[in-house]
Amino acid sequence: MKRFRLLEIAGLSFVLSACGGNPEPLQYGPNPQLPQPHRGLLPNMTIAEPAEWGDQQPTVPQGYTIRAIATDLKIPRQTLLLPNGDILVAEGRGGGAPNLKPKDVIAGHIKAKGTSPVGGGNRLTLLRDADGDGVYEVRTVFAENLNAPYGLALVDGNLYVANQDALVRFQYRDGETQASAPPVKIADLPAAINHHWTKPLAASADGQFLFVGIGSNSNITERGMTAEVDRAMVWRVDARTGAHKPYATGLRNPTALAIQPGTDQLWAVVNERDEIGPNLVPDYLTAVREGGFYGWPYSYWGQNVDTRVRPQDPDKVASAITPDYSLGSHVATLGVAFSTPTMGQTFADGVFVGEHGSWNRADPVGYKVVFVPFRDGRPTGAPVDFVSGFRGSDGKTRGRPVGVTVDLRGALIIADDLSNTIWRVTPDPKP
Amino acid sequence: MAVIVERRYSTVIHPLHAVLLAGTVPLFLGAALSDAAYARTYEIQWNNFASWLIVGGLAFAGMALVLAIIDLCRADRRAAGIVLYAVALLSTWVVGFFNALMHARDAWASMPTGLVLSAIVVVLACVATWFGFCTPRIGGAK
Repeated sequence: MKRFRLLEIAGLSFVLSACGGNPEPLQYGPNPQLPQPHRGLLPNMTIAEPAEWGDQQPTVPQGYTIRAIATDLKIPRQTLLLPNGDILVAEGRGGGAPNLKPKDVIAGHIKAKGTSPVGGGNRLTLLRDADGDGVYEVRTVFAENLNAPYGLALVDGNLYVANQDALVRFQYRDGETQASAPPVKIADLPAAINHHWTKPLAASADGQFLFVGIGSNSNITERGMTAEVDRAMVWRVDARTGAHKPYATGLRNPTALAIQPGTDQLWAVVNERDEIGPNLVPDYLTAVREGGFYGWPYSYWGQNVDTRVRPQDPDKVASAITPDYSLGSHVATLGVAFSTPTMGQTFADGVFVGEHGSWNRADPVGYKVVFVPFRDGRPTGAPVDFVSGFRGSDGKTRGRPVGVTVDLRGALIIADDLSNTIWRVTPDPKP
Repeated sequence: MAVIVERRYSTVIHPLHAVLLAGTVPLFLGAALSDAAYARTYEIQWNNFASWLIVGGLAFAGMALVLAIIDLCRADRRAAGIVLYAVALLSTWVVGFFNALMHARDAWASMPTGLVLSAIVVVLACVATWFGFCTPRIGGAK
């Protein structure tokens, strides 16, 4: 990993002391330890140093096998399992928020070193394994000329795609490898600035409603309060009319949504705010309550006031809900999927979470897919590494997990937007 | 008996040097006023203006500092008082640089320290400019 400090860039020979050697606080679960907010003169940045996989592969638990089923994609983000076992991959790179401060120019340049240089595909790619041997021999472009597609959902032949600026619908017939008609727009989505551009998607079980996550337009309101209208929330969109209402608010960057199987309960993973320390604020997994306010920007993890926000709002802080389950600060949760018993006994009940990995922390965290065990429909216990090794012990980063999807036949599909690969993890057949 | 004095003293610094030096005052002053406006209104655009004005002030002060150091290093140009001027200008730049880092914090995190630093930098820039223009410069006028 390359370590950057702005002072070195400025050519000065001294380096301000960085915190080091302190034991990491316990940061998973319902009651994470939250240190006091702290920000040195310079934020810590440790940027992934990309490297090729070569002969290496991500690490999976014993009794599981991982293989790359598609490579050389164009920034794969989220995937969707189709009824016949085909996989749709949303590829794109959105955003384009203007630099407002000198800092934005410098930080943008540094952060770009840790991502793939490939341009976003703005398309959906379909992968098919017709004979079920685990090799996806068919690969077609299902649809193209989309605008940074991200969220995907399929209900009764309606394929919904959340572009960075609009929710659209394709007609899908089983077995299709290419969309038969251009998409129909259902609703515009908030797209001005698009500091956080990803628009995750989940459909209610009956297909009547679509839930769309909309990230904030800043880290912590530094683009002004007016930029945050209709941001940092989950919309519930009527699939038929396109009418929407805010379903839950104060969710800084809800990057993946999922409906808990057998229920109508919406779950989300959310990326929290930066620049108040390496152990603040935890990214989290939470059941999303209708009408709930989850703190951003006024407070974090319940009622911890963020003093960087002006004007403050004590009433909103008082109403803020504490999320269910912390996954740790800066791990960058970008994918969530509920498991099934076909994933094996250990991983039968719970959710898989894709962690893209940190860039704003001296000791990198994330860069793996974890499994959060559930009991009685709630997360319990410590997260378990399911797929790791994306960041090697040599300090090089070979992949960054984004979306995770469970194939009900017993496989986990992982999109990797650094090596532009789709990974598939399967339990080994019982001897 | 006539004595010919070769060296001439001028109370005017080189025009380029003068423009760079004098330019630091309105830039840093603008930054301080923008900070004050942000503190009064919470309107984030003032914070952005302040950040860029500080960078502009640092660019001007930095170039003036280079010219001052060149003068300092050349024995035939080292006039009385130039060390004081150079120290004042260096102080302006260093405090201004820390102020730039402070302004790289998001939203209100740059306040109120940013406003205090901005005010200090304005005073330092005025002092440096005063010394700069009062320092006799050797070989300036022909």
